[in-house]
Amino acid sequence: MFHSLGKYILLIRLSFKRPEKFRVYWAEVMREMVSIGVGSLGIISIISVFIGAATTIQIAFQLASPLIPRTIAGSIGRDTTILEFSPTISALVLAGRVGSSMASQIGTMRVTEQIDALEIMGVNAPGFLIAPKIIASITMIPLLVIISIALGIGGGYLACLGNGEITPAEYMLGVHDGFNPITIQVALVKAFVFGFIISSICSYQGFYTEGGALEVGQSATRGVVYSCVMILFADLVVTRLML
Amino acid sequence: MIQLKDIHKTFGENHVLRGISAELKAGQNNLIIGGSGSGKTTLLKCIVGLHEPSQGQVTFDGQDFTAMDFEQRVPIRKQIGMLFQNSALFDSMTVEQNIMFPLDLFTTMSRSEKQDRANFCLERVNLKDKNKLFPAELSGGMKKRVGIARAIAMEPKYLFVDEPNSGLDPKTSIVIDELIDELTKEYNITTVIVTHDMNSVMGIGNHIIFLHQGQKWWEGSNHEIAHTDNQELNDFVFASKFTQAAREKL
Repeated sequence: MFHSLGKYILLIRLSFKRPEKFRVYWAEVMREMVSIGVGSLGIISIISVFIGAATTIQIAFQLASPLIPRTIAGSIGRDTTILEFSPTISALVLAGRVGSSMASQIGTMRVTEQIDALEIMGVNAPGFLIAPKIIASITMIPLLVIISIALGIGGGYLACLGNGEITPAEYMLGVHDGFNPITIQVALVKAFVFGFIISSICSYQGFYTEGGALEVGQSATRGVVYSCVMILFADLVVTRLML
Repeated sequence: MIQLKDIHKTFGENHVLRGISAELKAGQNNLIIGGSGSGKTTLLKCIVGLHEPSQGQVTFDGQDFTAMDFEQRVPIRKQIGMLFQNSALFDSMTVEQNIMFPLDLFTTMSRSEKQDRANFCLERVNLKDKNKLFPAELSGGMKKRVGIARAIAMEPKYLFVDEPNSGLDPKTSIVIDELIDELTKEYNITTVIVTHDMNSVMGIGNHIIFLHQGQKWWEGSNHEIAHTDNQELNDFVFASKFTQAAREKL
């Protein structure tokens, strides 16, 4: 375990060595940003709307009492979406979508000698392959989380349109009531950390793939599983430190 | 010229290379041959720095490559071209982008100059007008030729070729062999080829090193190989009835 941790740290350090030509690396960063950001927008939008809607309905159902103001469903839904559902659920979904793609892409490059070809040319392969993925992840995943938060709250609003427990106006009143901006900061810190975890762990798994197609698949699976576990662990740590 | 001095390579308990020394001269095809597991590819990887030798020294024109770190090796690596067994073209790039990739990273050429160079390299390997295709759209022989085009894009002093004929039909194999031979002579390149192919050995083998059990078992040219009395080499080269018959006619 310590051997793997050491290899992981060395690989990440190597990834951020000075690039041979900044312009070529920047083009890779842009390509990865499009792949991660635009490519994941659809799935993130769908899960955010549905989770936001389902959460609001469940909160309204559980807090149906004359002693509790009905607007509370909006407040709780907002905070839950911002603090937990949008960053964490999005990250878990992105670990499956983006992380497995990274691990299998780099793993395939390893087993088909494309990484050897880069090294023969004198290119710092971790820098060229991994750094753009990490940079793209830590910038695009927070943006996706912001979109997810907006759509999650929007999903809650839509749920209220067809729900008798709480009206859309009460929901929106609750959303505006007692908003604390630190929740957004927590969500963005989580998204940043999760982006780093997904891209670095999955790239590491792909980079040290040995064998053939079977091992590439195993690397992708390991990348996703380890990322998910680390996302949940980091979720707890960040929440504990910031709230 | 590349010099190998007492190269050893071990993987755990497995002693793959056992003290190989050789001189690989410029302007000739240096072929490394041997049976499966004899250490050919390991030796090639030790020479280019993909594996670090456990012991011994590799020098490129007098510069000790084994003593250098990654950064120090970059100037030598810019002079190295390599064709991999499966071509190792970058899947996400077109043929033209593959060839221009090292030029993008290591030269200050303008875009049009890089395109001209890519076109020249493609023409040189008889693949004109294939610039915009992706590797997945190419046949095995075309991939090898694009691999060669990429390898010569930086005008290398050293060309390394791993199993250039694997998976190719005999006719395409000869085309690839002739192309490598022409480039070697034309640009006075130090070419190192790892191969199993006896047509390559007899056709373009100016300097042949036969590996057996991780050791250099025999060294000579394609003219000498037909008359050797080295038993292991004979068993390897003249294994088939066809090559035995061909030998008798030599």
